[in-house]
Amino acid sequence: MSAPATAASSPKTGDLTSAPAGRASAAPPAERKPLSKKEIAADHPTWCPGCGDFSVLALYFKLIEKRKLWQEKITTISGIGCSSRFPYFVQAYGAHYIHGRSLAFASGISLSRPDLHVFVFGGDGDLFSIGGNHFTHTARKNIRMTCVAMDNQVYGLTKKQTSPTSPLGFKSKTDTWGAVDYPINPVKQAIAAGATFVARTTHSNPNHVLQMMEAAADHDGFSFIECLSECVEFYEGAFDGTNPRKGGAFNPIPADHDVTDETAAYKLAGEPFPGYFGVFFKTPRPTKNAKEAALISAGREKLKGLQDWQVLKKTFDRMK
Amino acid sequence: MSIPSPAAQSNGGPNVSIIPEAVIRIAGNSQDGIQAIGGFLARLAGRSEQEVMTFMTIPSTISGGPSIFQVRLGAGEVPSAGDEADVLLAFYQHSYEGHIGALKKGGIVLFDTDHVEPKAEWQQDYRHIGVPISSLTIEAIGGTAKDKGKNIYALGLLAKMFDLDVPKLENLVGERFGGKDPAVLNNALAAFHAGYSHALGQVLETYKFAASERKSKPQVVMNGNEALAYGVIAAGVRFGAAYPITPWSDVMEILRRELPKYGGTFVQCEDEIAAISMANGASFAGRVAVTGSSGPGISLKMESLGWAVMAEVPLVVINVQRGGPSTGLPTQVEQSDLNLACFGSHGDAPRVVMAPADVEDCFYTAIEAVNIARKYNVPVFILSDQAIATRIEAFPEPDFEHVCQDITPDFSPVADYKPYDLASPDGVTPRVVPGTPILSGRYPIAGGLEHDEYGHPTASPKLHMEMTARRRKKLQALAATLPVPTVYGPPEGNLLLVGWGSTRGPIREAVDRARAAGDSVSALHLKHLHPLPPGLENIFSGFNLIRVVEMNDEGLYGYGQLAGLLRARYCDARISGINKTDGLTWKVKEILEHARADIARGLAKM
Repeated sequence: MSAPATAASSPKTGDLTSAPAGRASAAPPAERKPLSKKEIAADHPTWCPGCGDFSVLALYFKLIEKRKLWQEKITTISGIGCSSRFPYFVQAYGAHYIHGRSLAFASGISLSRPDLHVFVFGGDGDLFSIGGNHFTHTARKNIRMTCVAMDNQVYGLTKKQTSPTSPLGFKSKTDTWGAVDYPINPVKQAIAAGATFVARTTHSNPNHVLQMMEAAADHDGFSFIECLSECVEFYEGAFDGTNPRKGGAFNPIPADHDVTDETAAYKLAGEPFPGYFGVFFKTPRPTKNAKEAALISAGREKLKGLQDWQVLKKTFDRMK
Repeated sequence: MSIPSPAAQSNGGPNVSIIPEAVIRIAGNSQDGIQAIGGFLARLAGRSEQEVMTFMTIPSTISGGPSIFQVRLGAGEVPSAGDEADVLLAFYQHSYEGHIGALKKGGIVLFDTDHVEPKAEWQQDYRHIGVPISSLTIEAIGGTAKDKGKNIYALGLLAKMFDLDVPKLENLVGERFGGKDPAVLNNALAAFHAGYSHALGQVLETYKFAASERKSKPQVVMNGNEALAYGVIAAGVRFGAAYPITPWSDVMEILRRELPKYGGTFVQCEDEIAAISMANGASFAGRVAVTGSSGPGISLKMESLGWAVMAEVPLVVINVQRGGPSTGLPTQVEQSDLNLACFGSHGDAPRVVMAPADVEDCFYTAIEAVNIARKYNVPVFILSDQAIATRIEAFPEPDFEHVCQDITPDFSPVADYKPYDLASPDGVTPRVVPGTPILSGRYPIAGGLEHDEYGHPTASPKLHMEMTARRRKKLQALAATLPVPTVYGPPEGNLLLVGWGSTRGPIREAVDRARAAGDSVSALHLKHLHPLPPGLENIFSGFNLIRVVEMNDEGLYGYGQLAGLLRARYCDARISGINKTDGLTWKVKEILEHARADIARGLAKM
């Protein structure tokens, strides 16, 4: 996992780079048993039977168990939509924020609490329509978190309207004649915005979903996964073409693809449906978290040994 | 009213008049360094234990637009920037013609003869002193007329006229220009001394401020935006996020620059919604975060504010009010966001609203707002305004060790945690934040959906009623703890002037003048606007008429925004409003005229 930086610092300073003592009060990580599914599951999901989102939730539980993440150290964040009910189903700290703004909310957590792991789950409407601006800026700032877009290519919670990823011609209640607006390609969007980890997976291949989640969680920066997640109620069969059990093809990213080659990644992401699955792009650009921490270190370096009130007094002395 | 005619009060020796205070208005263009002169005078006054208040307009254009700075320096309390100037320093014809009306009859107009052609018809009413400021500055330091330096030359003229402390001014000039190229400082000092040694034509006397009572503490001099930013830091806030907008931007610039020194971070966001959302995220994750804006930016934040109310997450939102609606008057003052602050956002969404009265109050209001947010887990609005934001005042330096707080959360494990515990009688539940192990294994969700005691969604009518009441009861509990405000002047009388925010100074000055003229007028200043403090009914009952003085419109039904709130709250037909919407601060005489009209009508409205 991306190991959150912990700087030794007096708690008196209120320094954001210092980790809270909570870690010490529970049993040391080495002695704690991984959380079981029973411990980490909360409310029974409100999703329709057969919804692809069940698979994403089950694999998130697996990730928590496998990577020994603790309830007090993760935050599960979402906006509004079917998939965004996610945090209620996880027995850990979480927030169900407003429509489209989950990434900005999660950024506030990530930048003020380096000791926490931040996971954001959202739908295509939440992340690419109402939240499109936040997606771009969270990606370019490379704020440390993992964002999973559970893309069903339709508005499900509001019962079948066109979404920003609905393919041209998709018949919905707002486009009874078929969608007319060119859809967003989430992987291309993420690469263009400057995301430093971009992957694509699909709910019908659980091992691959887990593999992508682990790789994303290990990435130090803004890691983005587009996970196709079928809406059985309003867009049934949308992703059959990616599922070998339904006559489709699951195409892994070619072995010779260079994940550090942004242009190649963008080109690969533009391949027509069903496209490819795997890590498209990965680059080690410094995170905003690290840059802000460096500004804090530089700012405090000059004031070594001063209490906060003494720093303020020094500033006010110049205003006399 | 402070500069006597040459013959009067010359008790400070030959050619020196002792004066209690002076109002100096400096008018030019925005690139002339007008604000620098004002800043030097204000800080000098602060170092001389003098009271000081300034009134500054930000030009609506970035450069070249008219700019003024008015500074009132006095030996006693200086509650407002002063209605009329004693001295007008005019750099251009437009500054001369545009501002002579702000000069009192018999006042001095000091003008740059290189740019100003004085008018014959004004010679009688005002004492004209022409100095070729531009050419003398060039003579002193070289360069061209476009070069800076004439502001410092003019500072030298004023220093001579008011017998200001030259070594202290030299120090201030040194602090401002030191550290750069030494030639810059030398030029500045040369310009200053050239101005100081200029023979001031027909002004035969100079003025000296009366000695003021020595302050027990050193004075600091800053504007309201600075005081708010440092107040937020003193309160222990270590995370904030915002988007630039006038006149809020300086607060975020200061926090961005300063917070790292305290281990904190301030983020410039992609938009206003991201900014409040990021602050909500940081508040959710630990300690109270801050966001802020002005005008349209506050409108954009309203949905997110409602989330903080619902999820019971503490948050401080600073609104440096400007004229509205829409883009409105970006660089002028108005108090027209009170309704938005109290009621903006859909649903029943109770939150706290408070307003600082002056620059010093900005510092302490920020701390109080953070502490209310922490205690009641609720968003708190601080309603500042463009006038406080840009005016400079001197105030006693805070007791830093005492006021600075550490609000790092406690992460000790807890047995169980219900964030929305209905058993709590006043609706207040101390927060447990991520990082804290919960031994029952039940972890809370902070959400915008109506929820049960653990934060999980419910559509139960009973729970919605109980949770709505819980969110309301918290603020009722807060209201009960608020101090009863004190009446300025006698607690009974004919007329009570009620105000909030930056109007406290001019309202009090109007009361002083009215009472000096024998009228029965008192004033009441409200700092806590939502919820209102207790005891107002009793105060109102002591007066025949209650007039709420506000810088906003009288509204569809004839009441300004606070007047409307007070009428709704107290059903008191004696409450009405005195309103204005010219984008400028209240002049004392404007308030007085309204008050006198009420009295002349025999308070017939009651």
